[in-house]
Amino acid sequence: MKTLSSSPWIGPVLALAGGAILAFGLPVLVGDQAYLLRLATQLALLVTLAIAWNLVGGFTGYPSFATAAFFGLGAYAIAVAQQAGWPAWSGFLLAAVLSALLAAPFGFAILRLRGHYFAIASLMLVTILKEVTTGWSDLTGGGMGINLPGAGGNPTAIATVALETMVILAAAALALSMIVAKGRLGFGLACIRMNETAAMGAGIDAPRLKTIAFTLSAAICGLAGATYARWIGYIDPSDVYDVMWSVRPIIAALIGGVGTVFGPVVGSIVYIAFEELMWRNLLTFGTGALGVLIALLVLLLPAGIIPGILRRRAS
Amino acid sequence: MTGLTINGVTAGYGDVTVLQDVSFNVAAPGITAVIGSNGAGKTTLLRALSGLIRPNAGRIALGGAELAGQAPDAFVATGIAHVPEGRRLFAGMTVEDNLMMGAFSRRLPASALREELDAVYALFPRLAERRKQDAVSMSGGEQQMCAIGRGLMAKPKVMLIDELSLGLAPVAVDVLVDALTRLAADGLGLLVVEQDVAVAFDLASQIVVLDRGRVTRTGPSASVAADPAVRAAYLGEA
Repeated sequence: MKTLSSSPWIGPVLALAGGAILAFGLPVLVGDQAYLLRLATQLALLVTLAIAWNLVGGFTGYPSFATAAFFGLGAYAIAVAQQAGWPAWSGFLLAAVLSALLAAPFGFAILRLRGHYFAIASLMLVTILKEVTTGWSDLTGGGMGINLPGAGGNPTAIATVALETMVILAAAALALSMIVAKGRLGFGLACIRMNETAAMGAGIDAPRLKTIAFTLSAAICGLAGATYARWIGYIDPSDVYDVMWSVRPIIAALIGGVGTVFGPVVGSIVYIAFEELMWRNLLTFGTGALGVLIALLVLLLPAGIIPGILRRRAS
Repeated sequence: MTGLTINGVTAGYGDVTVLQDVSFNVAAPGITAVIGSNGAGKTTLLRALSGLIRPNAGRIALGGAELAGQAPDAFVATGIAHVPEGRRLFAGMTVEDNLMMGAFSRRLPASALREELDAVYALFPRLAERRKQDAVSMSGGEQQMCAIGRGLMAKPKVMLIDELSLGLAPVAVDVLVDALTRLAADGLGLLVVEQDVAVAFDLASQIVVLDRGRVTRTGPSASVAADPAVRAAYLGEA
């Protein structure tokens, strides 16, 4: 928590500029190597979701499992919009707006629960949306899934655009997270995390701030889902409403440092690197090795990598 | 008289009613102290008066604005600051951040914020020395100063302080009593819950005696202090 006078715009501008350079530089570097393109896109996706989760789970201290719900909703929003012949940008807009519109009242309702109760209530939304999507087959194609028209072109071109979009989205999410962390909203959320009763006693409108954080987070997840859907070209409910979309960002944030701005970024890099190494080398023990990694982290760096480094430097 | 008017307030938690038909006034400026044994409902009273619990019945008004039933931030915006029992400072945040947080809902420009911080530091010079320190690493008395400072940053008309002296060194209590006396002289209304009846009589001009959720006596400090029944119950005199 820095004082309000230290210029708050340098970080976000750097993040956006860095994101733009990465977004258009990476495809040049990676070229048409499909594996690296896919890996970089996956990383940017995880970074985006982890940052989005961190707004609620980290800054505010409410462990949300609703990431997959808004991810799936965003994916379906753009898929349905594209089936109806809408241009791509309006599909993205729809994904963000629908996610936010759902998140605001739902968040307002469940953010009065705390701890495990909140986690379970947020998880419920994933199941509800999955059932609704499966049942509403006229619109969504039901369990058969849905194709995104226009995705049938050149696979390298699609992968390149997906990477560019995803990296820019990740950079925008990082910039937003920096602005929130340095601003009034982040200050209020930190107070809520530390002691909600005292925060309310001091005049912080906790229900409103928590709902804003939840809604921002949901809109980012919706955009990530939309980008994913255009990248993959075909979605079905069991894919985009998979609860792993909720769990992996949490693990990434835990690895890097919950409640820090860069923790979700560092954690996502470590997680993806580890996952790739394990899949390649320890196919039969991949999940087990991930468990060992998490256990080691809890023992050695309980607050995550970034707080761990900061503490070591301080002492 | 401007101040806080409490009229027929009944409040509690779920089915348990703690406060029964509580009525009294808190003058602003002025210092009113609430005394009463454990479980009398003192903390519940302050929670109701800051909006943290909704009363089941009754009116709470500050200078004509009716507040009962509203959210806590409306109480703060209208001019009631609550300094909770046990201070409830934000750990891991500096003294200055804790103070600034008290002004959260006011959206002050940086220069005005600076001025008000300096006013708190002028009242409590110890806080100025420790402005960059983690708030909860300070002594209990310094933490209470910080909590009161945080309340002041909300620019209240009436400040509620729960358990002012509980667990504090006598020398710290003296500093706090001096500061509160000065604040009242400058126009602030104070409602102080105080375990130590001697401190309450010394500090306040008006006393409210709360017993099992009911107001059993109100009056000027001197007359309540002279009441044999009060002396027997709270000062252990036969």
